[in-house]
Amino acid sequence: MAYDKFNVLTSSAVPLPIENVDTDQIIPARFLKATERKGFGDNLFRDWRYNQDNTPKVDFILNNPIYSGQILVGGKNFGSGSSREHAAWAVYDYGFRCVISSFFADIFRNNCLNIGVLPVQVSAAFLQKIFGEIEKDPNAQFEVNLPEQKVTILATGESESFDINKYKKGNMTNGFDDIDYLLNIKGDIEKFAEQRPF
Amino acid sequence: MSAKKTLFDKVWDSHVVHQIEDGPDVLFIDRHMVHEVTSPVAFLGLKNRSIGVMHPEKTFATADHNTPTLNQHLPVADPLSANQLKMLEENANEHGISYWGLGHQKNGIVHVVGPEYGITVPGATIVCGDSHTSTHGAFGAIAFGIGTSEVEMVLATQCIMQPKPKRMRINITGELQYGVTPKDVALFIISQLTTSGATGYFVEYAGDVFKNMSMEGRMTVCNLSIEMGARGGMIAPDQTTFDYIKGREFTPEGAAWDTAMEYWETLYTDADAIFDKELTFDGSLIEPMITYGTNPGMGMGISKSIPTFDETQGGAATYKKSLDYMKFGEGDAMIGKPIDYVFIGSCTNGRIEDFRAFASIVKGRKKADNVTAWLVPGSHKVEAAIKEEGLLDIFTESGFELREPGCSACLAMNDDKIPAGKLAVSTSNRNFEGRQGPGSRTLLASPLVAAAAAVTGKVTDPRELLQEEAIAG
Repeated sequence: MAYDKFNVLTSSAVPLPIENVDTDQIIPARFLKATERKGFGDNLFRDWRYNQDNTPKVDFILNNPIYSGQILVGGKNFGSGSSREHAAWAVYDYGFRCVISSFFADIFRNNCLNIGVLPVQVSAAFLQKIFGEIEKDPNAQFEVNLPEQKVTILATGESESFDINKYKKGNMTNGFDDIDYLLNIKGDIEKFAEQRPF
Repeated sequence: MSAKKTLFDKVWDSHVVHQIEDGPDVLFIDRHMVHEVTSPVAFLGLKNRSIGVMHPEKTFATADHNTPTLNQHLPVADPLSANQLKMLEENANEHGISYWGLGHQKNGIVHVVGPEYGITVPGATIVCGDSHTSTHGAFGAIAFGIGTSEVEMVLATQCIMQPKPKRMRINITGELQYGVTPKDVALFIISQLTTSGATGYFVEYAGDVFKNMSMEGRMTVCNLSIEMGARGGMIAPDQTTFDYIKGREFTPEGAAWDTAMEYWETLYTDADAIFDKELTFDGSLIEPMITYGTNPGMGMGISKSIPTFDETQGGAATYKKSLDYMKFGEGDAMIGKPIDYVFIGSCTNGRIEDFRAFASIVKGRKKADNVTAWLVPGSHKVEAAIKEEGLLDIFTESGFELREPGCSACLAMNDDKIPAGKLAVSTSNRNFEGRQGPGSRTLLASPLVAAAAAVTGKVTDPRELLQEEAIAG
């Protein structure tokens, strides 16, 4: 299923300077009971965001109106744990189109790429600069340029490049998905399947 | 001269349908396991594209994440859970996929029933929308967890697009001490590597400790590969593997078995094959392990004290947040901490060997009054073995009850939730904040440590109880 194309995103960012943010925090298991992909943003970071009586926790970043934007900036090893794509859906559904961190867990990164959320891995030093910039000015603007594979702190002009393979980059900029690609080589797959011993 | 290959390379390379320059490999998938939570949106995707399942005979569905562990013969009370289970059944029926739903004699946790029925075989590629799919690597398969878009991809095309991971080998030499189990070996490795230490790698476990390990134990270790960030872990198949799989329902028979064996016997890492990273640990130095924090890397020998902020690497703020959540202090001893709940089960430690270990300690003792214990077999087959082997009588005599199979309190999607603030010793795989229920606090440990806590009501070194046993015996 095609998704939104991603080219250049300019936005403020929401900082979450915690390491090892796991997918159980991003979306707790009790909210995985839906059979359609909608409404997951309401429960993004549910137990950090709300008390058990469903009142908002005032000290959590998503409940602080001075922070907003389409970029989420997380600490090292973001998205570890469960393979639930619901975590990426929740990030997307809340309104984020890009997650920046100094390190991502594998499956979360793949899940993001598969639904049109761009995971941007930067150096630990650059991540600290981004956090520092948001601390100075919660409305600080960042440019995430996928064609040039570059993220820039607009106030200072400092930038860093990031990696993404050419195939996935093409998918993201064109809004294609893997199934479109695979269905085009279905004949080769069928031939391969016939040779499998079990 | 052909290039030296690792076990991982041999299996991966033989499944590559197509290579994309500066992109992922198109990898053929031999077995696809499906459960109710991560599949409905994938089936919906097929419907939207007006396509079907390419190889339903390579696809197997079971209900486990969302199922109750009491009164499974009654309708599921939670309407959302009931709906998800109904969707799985409908989708499986519509696409001709074998479905082992609630109440089916083959029902159980996806990573327990796969091996039990011979769906898991060496040299296969196996995926499931669940990160603990790495379990099946115990048989020398490449097995890993995938997201729902990828579930749809495999349903539609029997292939997945993945960049090839790097190779890591972890050797554990020597012999394990008495009272040290495969779970302890895994928690030890994760404590050494941290939860991101193997991200980007596929791990091969090697060395005497794994050679001498049962299949159940190997499954426990491979299961936890994801907890150090690895996509998967695998162990070269050997006689232990072949003895385990022979004669199971879906295992090849007769001439097909002989052909398969010829291939399976080639599945080992060639001498001098190169790994991107290699680590070696002395198995005799591993203690029974326990975790004290909010990720599986925050574990230590049970007799040790919680590290201080100075001793930890990485973010002090993250470390402090973690200990605050657990209501523990730096430098605290774990031994003697009073506990409220014990959970034995899950795809990590819900197999017959785990219940035998639990029984070896609770036998002749009584469940502590302050402890609520949930004993949840990984499958009906495990449940039946518990009864046949007389373990149920031991549990009943000691004041424990056996529940029905499912994922249960490992992720607390069903009613099996540890209440807020309560401390649980759990044989499952994740101690994340709220993993076992909002506000729950989890100590990950082996079935022996869980049993010792269940009968003493506090964190206890199981070797003390095993020693008493040995002296008494």
